[in-house]
Amino acid sequence: MKKTPLYETHQSLGGKIVTFAGWELPVQYQGVIPEHTATRTKAGLFDVSHMGEIFVTGPEAEQSLQYLTCNDVSKLYDGKALYSAILNERGGVVDDIIIYRYNKEKFLICVNASNADKDFAWFTKHNTFQAVYENQSASYGQIALQGSAAVSIVKKIPELASVAELAYFHFKEVQVAGATIIAARTGYTGEDGFEFFVPVACTVSFWNMLLEAGANEGLVPNGLGARDSLRLEACYPLHGHELGEDISALESGLGWVIKFDKGDFIGKAALQAEKTAGLKRGLAGFFVTDPGIVRENQPVFDAAGNQIGITTSGTKTPTIQKALGMALVHTSHTKEGSEIFIEVRGKKLRAEVVKKPFYKKPA
Amino acid sequence: MTNVPDTLKYTKDHEWVLVEGSVATVGVTEFAQSELGEIVFVDVPAVGKTVSAGSSFCVLESTKAASDVYAPIGGTVSAANDALKDDPTKVNSDPYGAGWLCKLEGFQAAELDKLMTAADYKKHINA
Repeated sequence: MKKTPLYETHQSLGGKIVTFAGWELPVQYQGVIPEHTATRTKAGLFDVSHMGEIFVTGPEAEQSLQYLTCNDVSKLYDGKALYSAILNERGGVVDDIIIYRYNKEKFLICVNASNADKDFAWFTKHNTFQAVYENQSASYGQIALQGSAAVSIVKKIPELASVAELAYFHFKEVQVAGATIIAARTGYTGEDGFEFFVPVACTVSFWNMLLEAGANEGLVPNGLGARDSLRLEACYPLHGHELGEDISALESGLGWVIKFDKGDFIGKAALQAEKTAGLKRGLAGFFVTDPGIVRENQPVFDAAGNQIGITTSGTKTPTIQKALGMALVHTSHTKEGSEIFIEVRGKKLRAEVVKKPFYKKPA
Repeated sequence: MTNVPDTLKYTKDHEWVLVEGSVATVGVTEFAQSELGEIVFVDVPAVGKTVSAGSSFCVLESTKAASDVYAPIGGTVSAANDALKDDPTKVNSDPYGAGWLCKLEGFQAAELDKLMTAADYKKHINA
């Protein structure tokens, strides 16, 4: 099992350690509900050091990423980031990623913890361009600061204050205590905030610095449990749930990041054919209207009792305070107001398809 | 120090039993509720359901996961705590009182002997 630089810090903060994607991380400290609520009302601090960092450099770095991922990398400029996905030939998702452009010949890719080695092997296998991929995951810790108080917290730290000027999905490097920190205005919670890539030697001190600066702002450490309930309320997909190698990226709802007009990329032909034929399934968000909680991998039926899909995620979330979830279902039942039935422990619970996302941060 | 009343019997899976004549009341311990976190939903068993010792008869749902509660003894459900529908957090705030899950009747006295005493359960959770 791998440990992040913050392992002992989590223990001293009362973190309940579990194993996730081969890493030992806290699922919670004081509790999923108060942690989630703190992020929605003030701010939360997340150890996301298990995520992977792959650098791509070379004269054809952009072309390589254009071919190996589905979004249009040519739309990036220096200091801008882009959500994208690595697709396989069938149009399934190898991983969803964020690409950060330093310049035309240097990019950083943030990948899911569970897929870091797989993604690097995939890039290595399929890269036929004049570009070099380097897996630097072992060199970086990562910390996310999320919530409406995130900006006032960074402004308390002189060396970090300038990141408050970053626009959404932009990034820059800053020097903090002699170390180079990559700061990005990105996040996985549906709140404003930042994700910081920190060299492993400085991860603990950077965490403590943020925790101290946020002490009077209501900043609370958040474990994996709250990370999941927050992203679910915002309807952000999770690989292994809404996204997978055997699920069409279009069915998963990634159509908005698949750019068919940009030139060839792995998965383009399969998805183009699917688009022409018409999608069979879609990702629906739902509220459970019968008493009960729905989770992932539970079969979904129509009113006549035919199975029409499967759930991908679900729980009762702290802010929305309803049993809700997402499911991959036949397109006949993806429209708002559709009635579906989800089988939980042998009992069918009625649910209603609703508009996504469940939660949108106040303007 | 977690509360472990001497008047109750316990299982290794953190259920408690209070025997009053022919009625056995069942719930989960303070240690269990602390491990589970805030309960957001309780799937109580139906009155009249027959349960056998060791089988899952109730599910406690927290934000993160669903946890089975195992019947400490076999019997028939004679009452279920419907108050938990409106306030599942009673399991957290009052696990030995208002957070009771169900009552069983028609159980075998011999099965009670297999349960742990408070002293044994205390040792078990410190282990």
